[in-house]
Amino acid sequence: MDNKSLVSIDDYTKEEILEVLARAAEFEKNPNCNLLEGKVVASLFFEPSTRTRLSFETAISRMGGKIVGFTDSSSSSVTKGETLKDTTKMVSNYCDLVVMRHPIEGSARYASEVSDVPVINAGDGANQHPTQTMLDLYSIFKTQGTLENLNIFMVGDLKYGRTVHSLLMAMSHFNPTFHFIAPKELEIPLAYKIFMNKNNIKYHEHTEFNDIINDADILYMTRVQRERFADPLEYEKVKNVYILKNDMLENTRDNLRILHPLPRVNEIAVDVDENPKAYYFQQALNGVYARQAIIAKALDL
Amino acid sequence: MNAKKELQVSAIENGTVIDHIPAEYLFQVINILGLDNCNNSVTFGNNLESKLLGKKAIIKIADKFFEDDEINKISLIAPHAKLNIIRNYQVVEKKIVESPDKVIGIAKCMNPKCITNVEAVTTRFKVIEKTPITLKCHYCEKITDHKHIEII
Repeated sequence: MDNKSLVSIDDYTKEEILEVLARAAEFEKNPNCNLLEGKVVASLFFEPSTRTRLSFETAISRMGGKIVGFTDSSSSSVTKGETLKDTTKMVSNYCDLVVMRHPIEGSARYASEVSDVPVINAGDGANQHPTQTMLDLYSIFKTQGTLENLNIFMVGDLKYGRTVHSLLMAMSHFNPTFHFIAPKELEIPLAYKIFMNKNNIKYHEHTEFNDIINDADILYMTRVQRERFADPLEYEKVKNVYILKNDMLENTRDNLRILHPLPRVNEIAVDVDENPKAYYFQQALNGVYARQAIIAKALDL
Repeated sequence: MNAKKELQVSAIENGTVIDHIPAEYLFQVINILGLDNCNNSVTFGNNLESKLLGKKAIIKIADKFFEDDEINKISLIAPHAKLNIIRNYQVVEKKIVESPDKVIGIAKCMNPKCITNVEAVTTRFKVIEKTPITLKCHYCEKITDHKHIEII
């Protein structure tokens, strides 16, 4: 197993998180460099994810690296029945770094154990997506000037939203207070409550989405997806409850910033986009710098 | 075994007594150890009084001595189980079943979307709670609780 891999956000200590964020800020100042000159990065997307893939490929290109790979598994030998182990072993012979997106949970950890080069997890099913978490952290750090002692409000699908879970784990280093706003069906899973209780992290759960957000430093919105509900009637009941509208922001703090992992459907009304507190588009751009910093760290550059 | 009291399950001459099994897991322990397909004489009692567990189960297997990895499997569902090794009606050795910190290759991850249920990967868990035993998959990071522990 290569310990330079980034599979889960837990693979980074608090110090490493801060180190990568500082590096990301440097890349933001000077995005173009030749750190990856002569290096080949394999970009293995076993399921399509245009946003993440383009962000990685932009990061690699700006660092002067070459990219090989595939954009969905229909164009790889997976369709012939090749195992993940064999694909990873073969590709890791060719390249200096593997970036992998895969629908099966735990696939990235397993790949990092069979690969000879570091693996960066670009999402393994509903499990982890640590580069998203790093760009979320970078966005929080940039807009708040610190990661310490913040009030983080998370809204929407807190049960299945892996970005929520990973951000929760990462922020736990920085003495946050969490507020979770979700329908009962999509509340934060027990495992995370156990984790927060063990680590003395303050959290509050709400089902109403109202003026409690006035205390928020960060409002992290997620999509409530129809397919998560066994009963369509339950979805109809909650689908319009967790929508952020511009007038709800009137009495919120000046430093509040609204984040969303994107794509958005209707959970943030379009009139919020013009509000200076809306940050989700800049957040996506931050992903390129965060990924440049992660790649540089994985390759000891 | 308390010789002064009448035994609730008859004594065996040689073999293993597994005591302090939580009553609700008796039949799971029997399954895990394969005692349902075992030719040795097996006697058991269930819902017996226990200061430790409230209700407990006890199993006595004549002429059977377990290997450590077999005992390991029991610890996943009966973490307080005690083994008494019996020779000539005497307890010659006591073993305490202790929960390991890691469980490798014994249990199945309950997450159907986990790589260990898709490809031939040896399962690996961290024991995150000892009572009731709760496992966290090294790969998919999902929790398998004691009610859903399936032994491979």
